[in-house]
Amino acid sequence: MRFISKYRKHRFASPLLLLFALFGIGLTFSVASATEAPKTVDAAARSTLIAEGQQIFLKGCSSCHGLNAEGAGVAPSLIGVGAASVDFVVATGRMPMQDMSQQAMRKPPVYNEEEVAALAAYVASLAPGPRAYTNEEIKWERDGNTAEGGELFRNNCAMCHNFAGQGGALTQGKYAPTVMGVEARHIYEALITGPQAMPVFSDKIITPQEKLSIIKWIKSAESEPNLGGAPLGRVGPVTEGLLVWTLGLGLLIGVAVWLTAKAR
Amino acid sequence: MSKELEPLADPGLPVHVNRKADTDPIAAKRAERQVAILFSLSGVGTLLFIYSFFFIKDDVFIFLPIMGTTNAHQLGVGVGVAMSLLFIGFGAVHWAKTLMPDQEVIAYRHEMRSEEKDRQDLVATAKEGAAAAGLGRRPLIKRTLVAAAGLAGLPAVILLRDLGPLPGNSLNETSWARGTRLVTDPGDRPIKPSDLEVGAVAQVMPELAPGKKRKLEDIAKDAVLLIRIRPSEFQLDPERLSWTHEGIIAFSKICSHMGCAVALYEQTTKHLLCPCHQSTFDVTRAAKVIFGPSARPLPQLAITVNSEGYLIAKQPFSEAVGPSFWERKS
Repeated sequence: MRFISKYRKHRFASPLLLLFALFGIGLTFSVASATEAPKTVDAAARSTLIAEGQQIFLKGCSSCHGLNAEGAGVAPSLIGVGAASVDFVVATGRMPMQDMSQQAMRKPPVYNEEEVAALAAYVASLAPGPRAYTNEEIKWERDGNTAEGGELFRNNCAMCHNFAGQGGALTQGKYAPTVMGVEARHIYEALITGPQAMPVFSDKIITPQEKLSIIKWIKSAESEPNLGGAPLGRVGPVTEGLLVWTLGLGLLIGVAVWLTAKAR
Repeated sequence: MSKELEPLADPGLPVHVNRKADTDPIAAKRAERQVAILFSLSGVGTLLFIYSFFFIKDDVFIFLPIMGTTNAHQLGVGVGVAMSLLFIGFGAVHWAKTLMPDQEVIAYRHEMRSEEKDRQDLVATAKEGAAAAGLGRRPLIKRTLVAAAGLAGLPAVILLRDLGPLPGNSLNETSWARGTRLVTDPGDRPIKPSDLEVGAVAQVMPELAPGKKRKLEDIAKDAVLLIRIRPSEFQLDPERLSWTHEGIIAFSKICSHMGCAVALYEQTTKHLLCPCHQSTFDVTRAAKVIFGPSARPLPQLAITVNSEGYLIAKQPFSEAVGPSFWERKS
């Protein structure tokens, strides 16, 4: 004890003490989180999550989808759509819908990630359906093949989402949204659930590995530089034609006027 | 009431207005400088082209507003050539407009016909030449020359044969036959009905014999779209219903209008759209045309399952797939 009292007032005492304390906290935390790592969601925690999700559902969703998610009128039944659907439509902000128009559009999400997880757990508890994924689970960088993904994209996706993934129009105000800047897990979930007008791409038709390839191609298209100058939205002949008919022809008319004008 | 109309007097040319450069030496000097600058800009463009071509690597990208990230090599080459050609033109036009003489000049038209004597001389010369060649006296030469000239035209016709074999019946046929398995495209995996959920689609091709490669002209005819909906949603006649399997229906993907790949499928409305001209087909009513320029439904492929449970074609397509052609039967 004399030792402590002797050096108590030493000028290195407090920084050293702080260092020890920080080290101690760090150690405890690493041990604690290491024991937590193989996380098994026990039944109790899961049922709380479902209960939370039900509360959110009753407040935010039940006015259209019904008190038991059975659907009513234009709002479809959510029984059996699975957590993947919920994660896709809620985490991308499509649900809750902004208005009752043809299509729910992407907007900043209303619920945070925990609330989305709770909602997904509740809907998944109603009937089995495709599960939700995390971005870490979708290992497109490791398992995807860009060339294969490009072939799959051109054959299965390009007709609606445009050859460069910019999206395109469907009928009566519906549209295929752009796939640029979409999180990997949401692309994956859209493929397995077929949200809104999009069809389902089953795992036997496009294997999970092939889905990763599609995601990898989309990500490579996102970062692709423009080889030929201005990309004009990468929508092909529409903007190119518009530019030629307005700016191009305008320039030619201007030159023609200049050619025939008398010099002063 | 007749009143002689006076012919209008020839108003003559408007008074010539001198340009500034015609009268003012300072303006003339300025115009000269402007033309020189335009020509120099063309030179700069050519130098930019040469520099970009040789010294900018083709993997260098630069960021430009509006353009975005752009390949510097191609941008330099393109802008360089455009400048070098465009500014020669601009300079020449500016030169002609400001400095070259612009006095109005009258040039009278003359008769185009030659003098009578020249015309008769020409005819005489031609007759003299023909007589000297003796065409009239030697009919054998005349006839063989005509025959040789006629035959020499034949190769031009015969070369048309190189455009390829005649189509024959190939427009009416596809690779689909009784028992051909449906395989995924790409991937070439056979499909079981359980692989498709309700609302799912699959792009399929006929299965190939092992070791064979798919030809482009076959892909253009064989592509099929597989769609699964709830069987209760079909509004088909009994024959067409028997061509489906547990809610799975198969249509040719080649549009009956102009041959584009019809594959925009809206799961909600069960409509199939062609991206080229917006022909819309109703899947529940055997691809009946409900909008757009297409004249007939998409041909439906009759499908069933084989003993191993894989989807197969029940029979070949009952009609020619794709757009109309002269010899098409229906």
